Amino acid sequence: MTYLTEFIVQLTFSYLSTVAFAICINVPHKALILAGWAGAFGWMVYWLLETAGSGRMLANLLGAVAIGVCGIVFARIKKMPVIIFNIPGLVPLVPGATAYQAVRAMVLGNMDLAIQLGVRVTMVAGAIAVGFMIAQLISELSYRIRW
Amino acid sequence: MVKVDKTILLDTCLLAGRIMIEGGSEMYRVEDTMNRIVRNAGQSEPLIFTTATGIIIGLKNQPYVQLSQVSARNIDMEKVAGVNQLSRQFAEGKITLTQMRKSLIHLDKNTPYFPLPLQVLGAAVVSATLMVIFAQQYDWMDIPLAAVAGSLGYLVNYYVGRATKIRFMSEMLGAFIVGLTALIGVRLGLGREIDNVIIGAVMPLVPGVAITNSIRDMLAGHLLSGMARGMEAILSACAIGVGIAIIFRFF
Repeated sequence: MTYLTEFIVQLTFSYLSTVAFAICINVPHKALILAGWAGAFGWMVYWLLETAGSGRMLANLLGAVAIGVCGIVFARIKKMPVIIFNIPGLVPLVPGATAYQAVRAMVLGNMDLAIQLGVRVTMVAGAIAVGFMIAQLISELSYRIRW
Repeated sequence: MVKVDKTILLDTCLLAGRIMIEGGSEMYRVEDTMNRIVRNAGQSEPLIFTTATGIIIGLKNQPYVQLSQVSARNIDMEKVAGVNQLSRQFAEGKITLTQMRKSLIHLDKNTPYFPLPLQVLGAAVVSATLMVIFAQQYDWMDIPLAAVAGSLGYLVNYYVGRATKIRFMSEMLGAFIVGLTALIGVRLGLGREIDNVIIGAVMPLVPGVAITNSIRDMLAGHLLSGMARGMEAILSACAIGVGIAIIFRFF
């Protein structure tokens, strides 16, 4: 599979998953399309960094920054709360696979691996949260510069 | 400035705050909205204390205090958006306090939902696409099985959540059904990697967003709410883990 097809697959799949998850958590329908773009944009930032070899934490952090900035911009366009775009946008980034592997390792009695994976889940969640805070900082700064 | 009944004002505030917390809003936004409602009604200094399980609101140096319990915490963006819009309209003076209260009660009782078939379709798409994204393997053969398992799990979660009040039961049974469907599917040769199928199909149930949100709450200084929500998210993650674990243990 070439790099371009991979890129297209990642983009469409992250967009679709975000919109579908947005339907599951009852996002107002006029925000669905933009929420999808927030998710796809954040995931593409993560994926490009990850394939470029930046490491998991930095990729997660910058992906979350991208989602946060998208959320803030879209929220101003649509006059809706930021989290309407942030929460569905987060779905591709959330460490779901790692969390599952951690639980599975615990069930199968592999405690060392379970703890290792559990700590990784916490750290990824923390990186995402810090990414959002940076996005919020950027938005406050942009307010201050404009006025 | 129109004179308002302070009891009704506080009651409206509590209603708005409770709906927002139930919809999964961040705590600082809840406090901000409640603050705005009080100030826009012409009262100067509201005292607000919010946690994920209850809200207290009072007016400074006046004998008015009310509190409200928050018993359910879901993620429902329509509610958050609705309260936000009503608060904006109230700030612009387009609606009065009583009208706002009425609309809030209406919003609380009948939030518009997407029709269930559409939600199930959403769950199926989430499962199939996230399986590819998380596993980072392009195994197209597993997509139908993941979609079926994900939508079945979502349906079970939905109906059990309606049928019983026991917490975390719906997640557990939903995850169990996901695991069972994946196992049967793989045994029948409809899918190849049971791990990938389960990872994808369990995603509509997983509280990953809730975990991230709780960390955000904590980093923003709302330690109590962050802890309460984080604990709830961890418990429901454990419930899902148990549901899957049964499959792995006995089959």
